[in-house]
Amino acid sequence: MSPSKRAQERRRQILLWVAVVLIMLFCLFPFYWLINISLKTGPDLSSADFFPPNPSLDNYDSIFEDSNFTKALRNSVIVAGVTTIIALVIGSFAGYALARLRFRFKFILLAIILSVTTFPPIAIAAPLYKFWTDLDIYDTLYGLIPPFLAFTLPLTIYVLASFFKEIPRDLSEAALVDGATHFQAFRKVVMPLAAPGLVTAGLLTFIWAWNEFLLAITLTSSPDARPVPPALAFFTGSQQFEVPLGTIAAALVVVTVPLVVLVLIFQKRIVAGLTAGAVKG
Amino acid sequence: MEAASVAVRRKQRRASGLSESRLGAAMMAPSLIVMGLVAAFPIGYAVWLSLNEYSVRVEGLSRFVGFDNYSEALWGDTSSEFWDAFKNTFIFTGISVSIELVLGIAFALAMHQAFRGRALLRATVLVPWAVLTFGTGLLWRSIFEPNLGFWPSFLETLGLPGADALWYGEDGYAMATIIFADVWKTAPFMALLILAGLQVIPEDVYDAAKVDGASVWQRFTRITLPLLRPAILVALLFRTLDALRVFDLPFALTQGSNGTTTLSLHAYNELTRNRLIGEGSALAVLTFVVVMVVSFLYIRFVGGNIRAMAGDE
Repeated sequence: MSPSKRAQERRRQILLWVAVVLIMLFCLFPFYWLINISLKTGPDLSSADFFPPNPSLDNYDSIFEDSNFTKALRNSVIVAGVTTIIALVIGSFAGYALARLRFRFKFILLAIILSVTTFPPIAIAAPLYKFWTDLDIYDTLYGLIPPFLAFTLPLTIYVLASFFKEIPRDLSEAALVDGATHFQAFRKVVMPLAAPGLVTAGLLTFIWAWNEFLLAITLTSSPDARPVPPALAFFTGSQQFEVPLGTIAAALVVVTVPLVVLVLIFQKRIVAGLTAGAVKG
Repeated sequence: MEAASVAVRRKQRRASGLSESRLGAAMMAPSLIVMGLVAAFPIGYAVWLSLNEYSVRVEGLSRFVGFDNYSEALWGDTSSEFWDAFKNTFIFTGISVSIELVLGIAFALAMHQAFRGRALLRATVLVPWAVLTFGTGLLWRSIFEPNLGFWPSFLETLGLPGADALWYGEDGYAMATIIFADVWKTAPFMALLILAGLQVIPEDVYDAAKVDGASVWQRFTRITLPLLRPAILVALLFRTLDALRVFDLPFALTQGSNGTTTLSLHAYNELTRNRLIGEGSALAVLTFVVVMVVSFLYIRFVGGNIRAMAGDE
């Protein structure tokens, strides 16, 4: 390597590391600030100290004593969990059909399914509010699951279909030759091989449902049915007439950390799902 | 041999009950029913709601008024509210998606380099993506908070203007806080999509360009960008459609004050706070139309390859 080449390489290295450090700061620092605030109490909450001068876990204690918060956590786990399970079951049917079976209007059906992703939730909020009131499922956990399903199914189906396509056709063909029905080939041969795809689609669905705010705040009105995002909007904390910044920060940390852990564990699966189909074009 | 196995298979298929096309229809049915009942039908019903006027005093009393709610929203006395929301939404979308694209490409280029700690970097960029959108709004509110927030004290330390501003509560600044929050939350998503595009560009294209004496910048603009076009177009479409529907962030950060009421938020306020079901529904339907028109124009004039992507399914 010539000296000028080496200098160039060193410059490249330095530039890269500067970029890496900046990106990491950009991604992590705001979250650090939240943790910082969550450990502050009383007068410390009106100063911009980089580190909490008197770190305390009081904010965390107070949110777990707040039954509205613990209920919201429970509600979110139930709603997001049930949505995910149902979406995986019926979404894998549709994904398999789109990936492997020949039937009429397939392209039009796919176009319709993908067009659902462009629906603004606000456009269905008022009608659902009315229907759910008539059906007596307004302000219940059950009421949130159908619209969450409708909005997550397109993504679930799309991700699963792209995974099903990767599974060699010969395997299901062999099962058919051996006398299996198409459905048996799907259930016994293709599904077990599609486990990574299920994990990916399941995580994306769960995170979407965990995140949804507009429908959740429109279709619920009491702490018994309210999931985490709208519950955060109603957070008043223990002190009245004062925005409880410390407790809100603690609550946010508590609802975010499990997701961050999940996302870091399944990093590769999530990236595969987010980019499914995005690069083929 | 071939013919025999085909014959066997045909026989078995007949014996197995459902034909392939029937099974296809049966497997599609549950998903289509859910999406039809809980997404498509309510949108149709929203259109019906928007064509009526509702009594504020007597519940359930309504009369058909045709397109009155639309003409009221678009050129009536209160039409400036709609057009402000329209303008705010497009300002937000234009600025935040542009910044996200530039940052996304920069992040992706860094994540694509071979170096120790690359896995850690790729994991790190997923952190903002995992934070609740509404929570992101609250998080950035705490960063812009006077006294407690990082941003005002940072500006003060550096002696930059804006340190005394109430960021989420003043004209101009308020929109900036929402853009900051959105860029933080979604630039990493953009980066991951673009990184996936980078990974399919064959290395030998670059080697050939190097041999021909192309500079780093030339390689970026003549090879990387053109070959990234498909990935960039898809990422832009996803982000644009999301940004046009933005709701959580202004709700959490500014409650729509100081020029931050977006289309979705405006419709929501009319529907829930003002209890104007007819007009609110008209606004919700208009939001839907805006998103549809933008995605149609985009796919028609910019992203021909997006159709190809759907077509290969």
